[in-house]
Amino acid sequence: MNEKLLTVRGLKKHFSVEDGVFGGKVKVVHAVDGINFEIGENEVLSLVGESGCGKSTTGRLILRLIEPTEGEIVFMGEDICKVNGKRMKELRREMQIIFQDPYASLNPRLTVREIVEEPLIVHRIGTKQERREEVAGLLEKVGLSQDAMRRYPHEFSGGQRQRIGVARAIALKPKLIVADEPVSALDVSIQAQVINLLKELQEEKHISYLFIAHDLNIVRHISNRVAVMYLGKIMELAHVDELYKRPLHPYTQALLSAIPVPDPSGRERKIILLSGDIPSPIDIPSGCRFHPRCPKMIQECKNIIPYLEDFGSGHTVACIRAREWA
Amino acid sequence: MKTIFWKRFKKNHLAVLGGIIVFFLFLIAILAPVVSPHDPNSIDVKNILEPPSIKHPFGTDDLGRDILSRIIWGSRISLAVGFVAVGIATVIGIILGAVSGYYGSWIDSVIMRFVDIMLSIPTFFLLLAVIAFLEPSIWNIMIVIGLTSWMGVARLVRAEFLSVKEREFVLAARTVGANDIRIIFNHILPNSIAPVLVSTVLGIAGAILVESALSFLGIGIQPPTASWGNILTTGKDNIEIAWWLSVFPGLAILVTVLAYNLLGEGIRDSIDPRLKV
Repeated sequence: MNEKLLTVRGLKKHFSVEDGVFGGKVKVVHAVDGINFEIGENEVLSLVGESGCGKSTTGRLILRLIEPTEGEIVFMGEDICKVNGKRMKELRREMQIIFQDPYASLNPRLTVREIVEEPLIVHRIGTKQERREEVAGLLEKVGLSQDAMRRYPHEFSGGQRQRIGVARAIALKPKLIVADEPVSALDVSIQAQVINLLKELQEEKHISYLFIAHDLNIVRHISNRVAVMYLGKIMELAHVDELYKRPLHPYTQALLSAIPVPDPSGRERKIILLSGDIPSPIDIPSGCRFHPRCPKMIQECKNIIPYLEDFGSGHTVACIRAREWA
Repeated sequence: MKTIFWKRFKKNHLAVLGGIIVFFLFLIAILAPVVSPHDPNSIDVKNILEPPSIKHPFGTDDLGRDILSRIIWGSRISLAVGFVAVGIATVIGIILGAVSGYYGSWIDSVIMRFVDIMLSIPTFFLLLAVIAFLEPSIWNIMIVIGLTSWMGVARLVRAEFLSVKEREFVLAARTVGANDIRIIFNHILPNSIAPVLVSTVLGIAGAILVESALSFLGIGIQPPTASWGNILTTGKDNIEIAWWLSVFPGLAILVTVLAYNLLGEGIRDSIDPRLKV
């Protein structure tokens, strides 16, 4: 876990939005607004935050599905934004994605075999016969039978489709998989199955994950470290046990308090309700971007932009008041 | 997906009727030498402008040729022109629309402005002008109709590409390292072809009409080759004394165009209720 597989430095993605009848005014959406993190070999980093906080954008930036506005993405020692097309294709073998919606992420016109085989064809791996066996093996690995190969995606349930997506993602034996809310669209009973599958694969094949999720509950079982994101910035980053035991950012505290517990009567903490919605990423609040919704806001929060500070053993928090309760 | 299509399509009786008529037109065109009662070009000066009778169900023209036979042989011309012209238009439209929608930016702007320019020229006069310079052979007519009717397809394909290229399975293909050609042909095109199919079927009707009009004006299919348009021309000259010369080829055009339109609209409604082309 010491060798860094992926290092993200000062990553920003701004989208311009034309406003007004004649597109005169240009507004800027700060989808990802300067984030830094690292993922080691065989490590699972979770990225958690509300809808619209930029976590999916971050995932897509890392895979260079969209070009960043600013910043570096160093993967296996190379800045992927600077490499040429040929090298990028080679690097793509090592990084794959699993999407949220298993109904949108599989081409409805291709058979399961064609879907899972595509990565192997693109990278010219094996003969036709070898690829066929490989696909069968991959499907078996994700818990699907061989006769799934000739069928089309719409013949499967959501959970099964997500397994097909997983099979495609592991076909090239990547080092990093970006899992973009892989279980959010699934039934609760299926969620655990898919999470367990991802975890097994991780342990067996030593894959690192950037695991994107919108609630902290799912993340706990699979992550090594967790980053909490809000409006395009990381608010808190810590090892999973540390974060659950000692959340320091008021936003993390609020998210943790919202996890349902089996027995509410024995609950010590109170639910922290956040008022209002996440602000528009076009008009970022001044100072700490969380201040309009923060239950612990003081006057200074409106002016001072907090930076991630280290609170020991890799636990970093971006809150000017965190020292008070650390 | 296919079964849902058939279920919906079968419920649409007009579309089924259109399909049956199109099928029969094909049969007649293919079997023209067998089903036509007379040689379409045999002149019989003793029986000119004969009204419909048992021997000549649709009558004869000013050279004594059997109208029914000429209409049957003319259906070959109509179908050939319809399919080849629309085939050319569809290929051009798909290529330009795909490039435009997939690559976007200035390429898109250039292609779409070219489409706007082409659409601003009255097609029929362009056809007249081009054919005035070329020999009015059936091949030239097919090519010219094809070259002037691809714009709708291009716009349709572009719009489909714009939406399909953002779908997650396309992103997945990109993550895998698939190149543009692979993404366009394996992933985007198969998922955007349905509305193109509809416009193709409707386009055939349009092409048949244009061919008839050109032949009617004497710059399309040249006599003695029979075409519905040039039978109508003879009809025009003899309209006061021989109504059958105008009515039967006119009906042939009407029924054919209607059948293709019904079929096309039926396919459109059956593909996807959300899809409005």
